[in-house]
Amino acid sequence: MSTETKPDINIDRSVGDFRYEMDYAFDAGVGLSEATIDYISDVKKDPDWVRAFRKEGYRKFLEKPMPTHWATKDLENIVFENIRYYLSQGQQPKRSWDDVPDDIKKTFERLGIPEQERKFLAGVEAQFDSEAAYSNIKAAVGEQGVIFMGSTDGLKEHPEIFKKWFGKVIPSGDNKFSTLNSAVFSGGSFIYIPPGVKVKHPLQAYFRINAQNFGQFERTLIIADEGAEVTYMEGCTAPKFETATLHSAVVELVALKGAKIQYITVQNWSSNVFNLVTKRGLAHEDAEIKWIDCNIGSRLTMKYPGVVMKGKGARGEVVSIALAGDGQHQDTGAKMIHAADNTTSNIISKSISLGSGRSTYRGMVHVPKHLKGCKNNTECDALLINSHSRTDTYPAISVRGQGNAVQHEASVSQISSEQIFYMQQRGLSEAAAMSLAVNGFVNDLVQQFPMEYSVELKRLIDLEMEGSVG
Amino acid sequence: MTLSTLPEVLPVDSSVEPSFSPEVPVEGITTSSPIFDSLTQWPEWFSRDQRAAWENYQLLAQPRRNDEPWRFANLKAIDLSDFIAALPVQDEASLLERSKGFQELSAKLVFANESLIHRQVFSLPEGVLLLPLEQATREHEDLFKKNFMSTPVRLGSKKFAALHRARLRTGAFLHVPKGVVIERPIEIWHWVSGENATIFPHTLIVLDEGASATVIDRFISARDERSLAVAVNDLTLGAASRLTYIGVQEWSKKATAFHLNTTEVSRDSTSTALQMNFGGAYIRGESDSHLLGEGSRSVMLSINPADGSREIDQRTFQDHFAPRATSDLLYHNALADAARTIFAGLIKVEKEAHETDAYQKVRNLMLSDEAEANSMPGLEILADNVRCTHGATSGELNEDELFYMMARGIPPQQAAQLIVRGFFGTVLERLENPQLEEQLGLILDRKLNL
Repeated sequence: MSTETKPDINIDRSVGDFRYEMDYAFDAGVGLSEATIDYISDVKKDPDWVRAFRKEGYRKFLEKPMPTHWATKDLENIVFENIRYYLSQGQQPKRSWDDVPDDIKKTFERLGIPEQERKFLAGVEAQFDSEAAYSNIKAAVGEQGVIFMGSTDGLKEHPEIFKKWFGKVIPSGDNKFSTLNSAVFSGGSFIYIPPGVKVKHPLQAYFRINAQNFGQFERTLIIADEGAEVTYMEGCTAPKFETATLHSAVVELVALKGAKIQYITVQNWSSNVFNLVTKRGLAHEDAEIKWIDCNIGSRLTMKYPGVVMKGKGARGEVVSIALAGDGQHQDTGAKMIHAADNTTSNIISKSISLGSGRSTYRGMVHVPKHLKGCKNNTECDALLINSHSRTDTYPAISVRGQGNAVQHEASVSQISSEQIFYMQQRGLSEAAAMSLAVNGFVNDLVQQFPMEYSVELKRLIDLEMEGSVG
Repeated sequence: MTLSTLPEVLPVDSSVEPSFSPEVPVEGITTSSPIFDSLTQWPEWFSRDQRAAWENYQLLAQPRRNDEPWRFANLKAIDLSDFIAALPVQDEASLLERSKGFQELSAKLVFANESLIHRQVFSLPEGVLLLPLEQATREHEDLFKKNFMSTPVRLGSKKFAALHRARLRTGAFLHVPKGVVIERPIEIWHWVSGENATIFPHTLIVLDEGASATVIDRFISARDERSLAVAVNDLTLGAASRLTYIGVQEWSKKATAFHLNTTEVSRDSTSTALQMNFGGAYIRGESDSHLLGEGSRSVMLSINPADGSREIDQRTFQDHFAPRATSDLLYHNALADAARTIFAGLIKVEKEAHETDAYQKVRNLMLSDEAEANSMPGLEILADNVRCTHGATSGELNEDELFYMMARGIPPQQAAQLIVRGFFGTVLERLENPQLEEQLGLILDRKLNL
């Protein structure tokens, strides 16, 4: 990786109607057109096939209607013309922490990543706006042959692996927002774990939105070769802005025979963000893909991590926690596509609605014909805190043929007043008691997160609970 | 007691009998405009209402692939363009002879191809009205207007409800006044006869405060013919009333049918509704229960043995408007051959409906490799302090149970049928009415060849 790069500014700026912001080395301006895509491709020095892929995505984006026949009408409030589709610090990923500019470091400090903790992390791929601002892979991981880099570098440096799986798990025309991502993607990670390599420490990346009205469209592709194991962690926080921002990522996971991938997300967007993410994994024979997903904040989150169990004995799992605060809508869930015998999937979802918050579970479980021994278990529990909080559950379960077992259960409940009363008798304030009860509700799931995340999560829940009582 | 005791056969009011002649030309139900006056017995205002409904039908769009209320549904099955209006039946006597159902009834009505061919009252308490709909429009206009299709169709079949309203020719009207209890069931038969014939059965039930009744609708084909039924029932329960409504559907295996229900349950009243679907190539059921009063209760049950390449498509709504109401839904589907079922249920707890207790469960028993079960159990909760749970399961026959029976000399086929019978039996138990359970159990046994 080169640290000595100068951005190429010799591009034709007369093409396309864009505005150039001095604060950013590159800026594709506001709005989306074919020229914007050419601009992004030029700046990123895309190979021709990527440019063609983007244009194809753009064409499909124009064709696809908004999915408002089932999704919330709030989507209509996204003004695509007012969004910035590409923005970069103009920096190539840096190898050493010292090279990272101070202002960026400062924002990371505020994210609360303890200095000592970084030492334990196998690698840090922290994304500042579109490009990775910091990249550090421990020597040990590199020696194992693990590739961990930005997806932009990945497609250039490892096209033979990249091209084989890119856009294969989630075709560019999958949905309105995956088409948009396909057209304008930048940033995100590319990870390849060679056969049999078990990455001991979780790989980690922090994403954040940092410019007003700026959409982030990262593209992540993780491939675990036969028998490989990896855990990837992604965390998001964003400063508060006046106008809505759009985040629309596409994450593709490929677990080859016997491989294991665990993908952990803790997200805390500011309450003006539209977070519309497509995440799907392809699990081959005896492979296992597990999504652990925690959604806090944002104006609207729509995210349904999925696993396509393509090989016999494959396993898929989604563990999801959603907290919808005042004015927020967490529309999350899971998709489990069983495509081979003896595949098993498990979905555990817990949501909390606060104030006027609304949490929605949307699920899909699909068992096609002539499969044997497929099992799915789905459990959704919703907790309502205030009288004007709202929760919905919309699962769709299709089972064909006998010899499979599928079960879905959901419940909605409140924190019992006896519990609160009991805790208040022991000297806790009402708010503290509520917080404790909410933490108790999600505790069994929080424990599945790595330690530092579960601590952070509890802190976030406490923070969100502030002022929601009384 | 059998049907022959206490016979009080009333002659059918000849003035309400439509006077069709066999020469009436073939009338496509989706294309040719219905005849709004001369041939029907409706009052002028209702004919106007029908005309408006027909215009509405033509304006409303046919369901499309992306319409959420039609998700998973086979949209080809709801192309109604080659169905025709039913002509009067020629074999009244034989249909009457075959209209032998429940024992110990309080009254019985028999409709065949849109006309009332028989009305028999054994014992109805004074004040109870059991009339053909068209008579009710003339004699009880206010009561009719207030309760006839008075709530919007919310589960997808708006267009077909408009078709029903436009082409309706007769139906059953039951009004039970305050405090009156009808001990024995009322049975209403709806026959369809003729290739591609269409009927529009309608049952309108109004119970006043403290009233109680049990009504059994029997939907049945005269022969193994392709036919269409667009059936509607409106059930209105006054305060502290009790209604048990059973639909026993035995259309031919080639039939298409819509069964659209609306139930309004008020304070402290209990509605128990069971739909049994034995026939039909494509059955669309929509059950919309409104819990309007405190302490109201709605029990929604369905038994669906599906075989062949039949499709049973059911959409339900448990809408809680009032606090401290209960709803309890249990649907059991047994799927053999290449049968398909769709269940989409929604529990909605509106803002004011605190302390709601709602339950919803669909179970699919998969008996074949070609069968397909789609379940969409939904919840929308806008109030707090509620207890709502739903569940959906799909599984196969229990190997241990099969083994147990086979070890005792029961052939595997019969053992499987016994397990299916038991699976449906648990739904019948929810009626909490041993007599009904027994008689419906006999129908179930007959249908399952036990």
